[in-house]
Amino acid sequence: MRIRGLFVLGAFAVMSAGCSSIEPWVKPYDRENLADPIMAFSRAPISQDFLDHVFESREGSRGASGGGGGGCGCN
Amino acid sequence: MTTLHTRLVRYVITCLALVAMQAHAGVLPEDRADALYFRYDGGGVVINGPSVLLRKSIGEHVSVSANHYVDMVSSASIDVETSASPYEDERTQSSLSVDFLNGKSMYTLGYVNSDESDYQAKTMFAAISHDMFGDLTTIGFGYKKGENEVFKNLKDASGVIANDPNFAETMDSQSFNVSLSQIITKNLILAGQYEVITDEGFLRSPYRSIRYFTDPLNQALAPEQYPNTRSSNAVSVRAKYFLPYRAAIDTMYRFYTDTWGVLGHTAELGYVHPTNNEKWIFEARVRYYTQEAADFYQDIFPRADYANFMARDKELATYSAITAGLGATYEFKIQRFPWLTKGQLNLRYDFMTVEYDDFRDATYSLGSFGVPPPVAFAPGTEPLYKLEANIIQFFISAYF
Repeated sequence: MRIRGLFVLGAFAVMSAGCSSIEPWVKPYDRENLADPIMAFSRAPISQDFLDHVFESREGSRGASGGGGGGCGCN
Repeated sequence: MTTLHTRLVRYVITCLALVAMQAHAGVLPEDRADALYFRYDGGGVVINGPSVLLRKSIGEHVSVSANHYVDMVSSASIDVETSASPYEDERTQSSLSVDFLNGKSMYTLGYVNSDESDYQAKTMFAAISHDMFGDLTTIGFGYKKGENEVFKNLKDASGVIANDPNFAETMDSQSFNVSLSQIITKNLILAGQYEVITDEGFLRSPYRSIRYFTDPLNQALAPEQYPNTRSSNAVSVRAKYFLPYRAAIDTMYRFYTDTWGVLGHTAELGYVHPTNNEKWIFEARVRYYTQEAADFYQDIFPRADYANFMARDKELATYSAITAGLGATYEFKIQRFPWLTKGQLNLRYDFMTVEYDDFRDATYSLGSFGVPPPVAFAPGTEPLYKLEANIIQFFISAYF
């Protein structure tokens, strides 16, 4: 347990140190394609909501069906 | 009625997940108005109605969204056919949510009210998302709490439907979800989500029945018996890729498991293709779903007191489903309305087929609405049930 705890702590330390030095590898001026409306996971929320209603009614599974954003948030 | 209720509540929760997740941190959602007409027709059930969605920003930091949705249900489903009479019902759902943008963080608060003759649902939700690493990464967290009241409708001798004064139950639901959206390249974005949902209270339908053998050739019906808790875990991964000729392809996979023993896999593939003149956008999509049955599901039980928990909800059975859809969007501008950035007319058609592995069409032995079948099958030997549905949506969108 102690070894696992140290490993997790170490991983967090590395990640924390890395955060400050991470440079975005896709620059804002390179995100034209990602900002295109066709790249949104859900182009029409009102339609997606209805279809999810249908699927939730017909499937035993539920949850984790959100669009998760989409595009790059840079418009 | 309540055959659909628990799932309608799940739908509300799903909508909330979408609302929470579509709010990309760092940028307020676009101002838009949508008006939708939909129609679902399959398995003896027709559901149609309107939905209206309005989203408007107030200043640079606040965006408000309101939705009004009506389900008009006319049902003669297989469940109703074998043990009740056809019914009509209406559900009205209204929601309001507010997004607060603060730097690269988005805070969302919302409330949804769903009203039906035998089911009342109130849901509150909160979500936070944050852009980081040069806006390449968005993380999100959401929480929802639903409080539901379940009633049972009775039809008297004159045909008037009213709540059973001796029946009133409650069901509470909570959901936690975390999400991550990551830009991988200038053409590829990935997103993942994990969601836990817990339900507690009255989880079965007050109308649906199980069937059991009274002897090898005869059967009888009895109310379902469900556990009063359910916890589920779902994890999904999706990707979207921008193709070299301005089109997009996307894919999704979701794994689901719960304490009732249901195990589900969902896979989806989509393609979006705008025309060169930017007037039309075409979309094609296919979804595959398969699941293993709940531990306490059986099409027909050996005897009335076979187990503590017994269900015959076909959505808890073992089955697979395919849904294929096509959509077209026409974009336009109106010179007289310069405030209208863009308008869209949208038409979408989906065809769904569901094949059950262990849910039989009991109308072959029990009959339909009290009318015996022409040739009676022995219980447990009826053909397996299959469902086909046509789903149509027409909606208008305005961006301003």
